[in-house]
Amino acid sequence: MTGANGDADGVARAPWIPGPRRAADDHADLENPAVGPEAQPEPGPEPEREPEHEPEPEPEVPVLTHGVLKSLLGAWALSACSAGETRAVEDHLTACAPCADEALRLRDAVALLHEDRDLDLDPLLRSRVLENCLGRRPARIPIPGWITPYDAETARLDALLRDIGESEWHAPVRLKWYEEDRIVRRKATVAGVIGHLLAVDGLVSAALGLDDPLGAGTPELSPSERTEAFWAGLDRPANRSLRDPWREQSHTLIRTVSFAGRGVADLTVTYKDFALPLRDSLLERAFECWVHADDIANAVAYPYAPPSGPHLHDMIDLAARLLPAALAGRRRTGLAAPARHLVTAGAPGRSLHLEVEGAGGGHWYIALDSPAAIGSPDRAVAQVAMDGVEFCQLVAGHISPEEAAAGQDGDREAIRDVLSAAASLSRL
Amino acid sequence: MAMDTPPRWDRRMQQRLARGEAAALGELYDRFAALVHNLAHRVLDDDDAADQITREVFGYIWENPDAYDPKQGNMRAWIARLTQSQAVHRLRQNEATAYAETGRGSVEELEQKVRRASVAARADYIVTSMPRPLRAALELAYFQRRDYRQTAVDLGVTEDEARRRLRLGLQLLSSANTRHPEGGGPPGYGRAR
Repeated sequence: MTGANGDADGVARAPWIPGPRRAADDHADLENPAVGPEAQPEPGPEPEREPEHEPEPEPEVPVLTHGVLKSLLGAWALSACSAGETRAVEDHLTACAPCADEALRLRDAVALLHEDRDLDLDPLLRSRVLENCLGRRPARIPIPGWITPYDAETARLDALLRDIGESEWHAPVRLKWYEEDRIVRRKATVAGVIGHLLAVDGLVSAALGLDDPLGAGTPELSPSERTEAFWAGLDRPANRSLRDPWREQSHTLIRTVSFAGRGVADLTVTYKDFALPLRDSLLERAFECWVHADDIANAVAYPYAPPSGPHLHDMIDLAARLLPAALAGRRRTGLAAPARHLVTAGAPGRSLHLEVEGAGGGHWYIALDSPAAIGSPDRAVAQVAMDGVEFCQLVAGHISPEEAAAGQDGDREAIRDVLSAAASLSRL
Repeated sequence: MAMDTPPRWDRRMQQRLARGEAAALGELYDRFAALVHNLAHRVLDDDDAADQITREVFGYIWENPDAYDPKQGNMRAWIARLTQSQAVHRLRQNEATAYAETGRGSVEELEQKVRRASVAARADYIVTSMPRPLRAALELAYFQRRDYRQTAVDLGVTEDEARRRLRLGLQLLSSANTRHPEGGGPPGYGRAR
């Protein structure tokens, strides 16, 4: 066995084993740029040639015990000991067969180390692999279609988090959204943003009777209040340890919803100031997950694509459905123009034609005068054409209504009110 | 990351897969897709081929969750074995096709290629599965080119301990080079500790 204390039996002759590469501090790169860490010199006896240390002064070779010499073998193989120690080990290897044997093995092992490829998995691979599986064996407990955007977006963010380094968790992230008709900003870190997502997803957990990350008995709070409470409750600055609870909660949500009956889609989730049925709530959480994943990706200079076309379409659709109520809310506080033509509930009313281009696009007709009216192509008084991702950025409050470079046609007031209402849907 | 998968997680996952829970399949993918894809890529050196192996491995697990025997080791090691044998199988096929078409190459060359690819894949697996402190020490000494004294300072351990970790880490890694008899489990895919 190698590694045994071989002082007594270790006197067999062994060839001189040159070190695997120059020590880290010897500027090997400058002297011989062709020799990278991977390019190992061929092993083999070269007893005559002086090792490449020639121009340097002879290192002082320390006198070391066999135990210490043996313990140095790993560091030696990695060229991570001093010149003197390197020499002491190499002198020893000529006299100690077990150590020489181990030294060779460890040096060969170094050749197996290489940089992580850091090749990101194609995010679309996940859905392809899962589809293939489910085609081969249908699920007995499927994931309902309406939570697949949440499933996909949380998985994409998790893959991003997997690839970022420890220090990047503390990279500054500038959150911005639209409040009282202007853009507001809030400083956070990557880890802080994950805390935000964890805290607000917790609203959905609480609605389903699952553990609330803010603790049992948390009073009803708005999403931003929950976030501030969560941040304030951390005893250290947010760090990467938040990834696991965030991911575990999203997995638990998906699992719980899969097991719950069909009716769960209509369960009410209250956000203090408003409420959404669970199916819309998880779509909204998917949207927030993408928006913040994009914030994080920007902060750590990482490419991040928009959601798939069908998921983007669902997100745009949710915003379009929320717009009439948002308009009405703004009208009550005088931020939007008064209603012009009230119609009976369920009847077609004055509408704005929202035409969204690109992946996930489509046509929506936004009722302008009352949430109770039905949007209708026949009563369209204005048209706005936008790219899908741009529309989502408006809804996220990342661009202002003025910046939204929309193709516009028709009633200016209606267009201004709808774009402002879209921006007002955003929050922390 | 998923280094210290508790056996309980493995058994539970197996039960959930057997029950046909799509959500469990998603969780399985999230935990192991990178492992599978990287190992397949190490053997085949091709993105599309690695995608294909990933598809096959997860398809196999989903269809045969009972093929996993928790007594034989953790799920991660099992999945790594599946991936490697699938990838090596594909590599042999590819090489055989190329040989039939071009007539170039020899059986020895093929075997050498397969062996090299297998060792590289095992080494990757060992590095990603070894206890974190050992991996951190190797990363500092090798990639950051810190000597063992600097490594000790960076890790907040004694110099003795830094030397021990570097040696132990390389000892674990060197088992990737150990050839194993056909049929036996390849070394390196055992438990993480």
